[in-house]
Amino acid sequence: MSTVLIYSFAGIALVCIGLLGLLASSHVLRKILAVNVMGSGVFMMLIALAARAQPPDPVPHAMVLTGIVVAVSASALALALLRRMRREEGSALLPEDRRE
Amino acid sequence: MPTSLPAFDALLALLLVWLAGRLLVTRDLFKAVVLFMVFGLMLALAWVRLAAPDVALAEAAIGAGLTGALLLDTVFRLRGEAEPPPPRPSAGLIACAMLAAALGAMLVWSMLALPDDWFGLTREVAAAMPDSGVTNPVTAALLNFRGYDTLLEIAVLLLAVLGVWTLNAEPPPAVPAAGPVLEALLRILLPLLVVAAGYLLWAGAHAPGGAFQGAALLAAGGVLLHLARPFSFGTGWPVRLALTAGFAVFLIVALLLVLVGGGFLAYPPKHAGTWILAIEAAAMLSIALILVALFVGSARHTDRGRADAGAHDPPA
Amino acid sequence: MTLSDWASVALLAAGAFFFVAGTIGLLRLPDVFTRLHALTKADNLGLGLILLGLALQAESWGELARLGLIWALAVFASASACHLVARRALESGAQPWSKRDAD
Repeated sequence: MSTVLIYSFAGIALVCIGLLGLLASSHVLRKILAVNVMGSGVFMMLIALAARAQPPDPVPHAMVLTGIVVAVSASALALALLRRMRREEGSALLPEDRRE
Repeated sequence: MPTSLPAFDALLALLLVWLAGRLLVTRDLFKAVVLFMVFGLMLALAWVRLAAPDVALAEAAIGAGLTGALLLDTVFRLRGEAEPPPPRPSAGLIACAMLAAALGAMLVWSMLALPDDWFGLTREVAAAMPDSGVTNPVTAALLNFRGYDTLLEIAVLLLAVLGVWTLNAEPPPAVPAAGPVLEALLRILLPLLVVAAGYLLWAGAHAPGGAFQGAALLAAGGVLLHLARPFSFGTGWPVRLALTAGFAVFLIVALLLVLVGGGFLAYPPKHAGTWILAIEAAAMLSIALILVALFVGSARHTDRGRADAGAHDPPA
Repeated sequence: MTLSDWASVALLAAGAFFFVAGTIGLLRLPDVFTRLHALTKADNLGLGLILLGLALQAESWGELARLGLIWALAVFASASACHLVARRALESGAQPWSKRDAD
């Protein structure tokens, strides 16, 4: 199996795992982790496909670089929202998950 | 094609997938965050294997380091709430699993359907490189060919800081005084980080590196400094000026180029390198400050926290 | 493969062995202090051996200098991190494991 193929499949697996984690977790921090994992999966697919060319295609690399920085800022915002929700409403779960 | 090491790649890919699954399943949030940081570092290794050193640098510093620090910070501030029980296999959970599996199947099918002799934009980029002002194709793509994306990316960062500061999540917990070891570590690391960041900025034109990687290093130094001696930004105008300077310089250069160059963000080929360096320098400082601001928040730390913890301080 | 290549392989293998040993210590030892001890000591030694193995393959003095700098920084950072973790564990009340706990 070529390098590209291995990492492409890994990227797809990460996207699926991240999606499942996002939908199945009730704690918002876990959802944030799941979204980050999905993002990493997408990055891996992009870069694996970029590596099919020789030398590697630089445009997906630039896009992933942008993506990493945007992901950290989105995560920071999401975490701030989580802390604020926890302070205001006393729970780190979304309202629809709080019944227990 | 990167040198073929299928056994290593397969092992690394399996490790990554296993780590991702583990971190989403483990009950303890702290453990999940630590696993996520390990995942980020292994991901950086995967980027190296896929011949993407610029991305590897950024991933190690930002993806594993800064995101990990943010997550740990939140985990500790959230302590005290009972974890909800893990989801029982219910109809809803099985439906989600099937959805994820269907998505996976579609992605695999579409990936296998890609034509074999496809080179992406490598050739077009290589043809345009001599006029781009730099020799590192990723930097050229970031700052020149797709400069508009980068401009908007910095705007997104600014929006994130605005959001985090507006939310004003909560007052900071009391911080124990930094010990002598952390101070010594800082005294050695901070100047090195500044030098390394400057080097990465300069080297980004011809080697892996660039403004984002340099900014990540500076931000790491800033976060370390904050952990040892908590500081606050406040929201005074010097801070706002420094935060927006990157975006402002980028936008001003872009508009100037409408008059002087070939159009919005169209550099004149002879001086493109200088323009790019100027933009990258301002952007690096701004982005570093933004990343630290995301971590520090805007709440005012006073010395109250340190005075209370003075009892812990060993006699100097 | 030349002699220096074989030496590099041996040093790298030894370094990897120490890393594995440190990880086993992390997984098997009873409390945070013993784990820190095993991890930091073994990892520093492993790092030193690996960098020595890589230094044999270096192609310029600049590369050697960079490897030396990496070693110095990594040792410094790992030792400081170990100290900080241990200090924090002590402050939050972790008790060092003693033989009596095993009974």
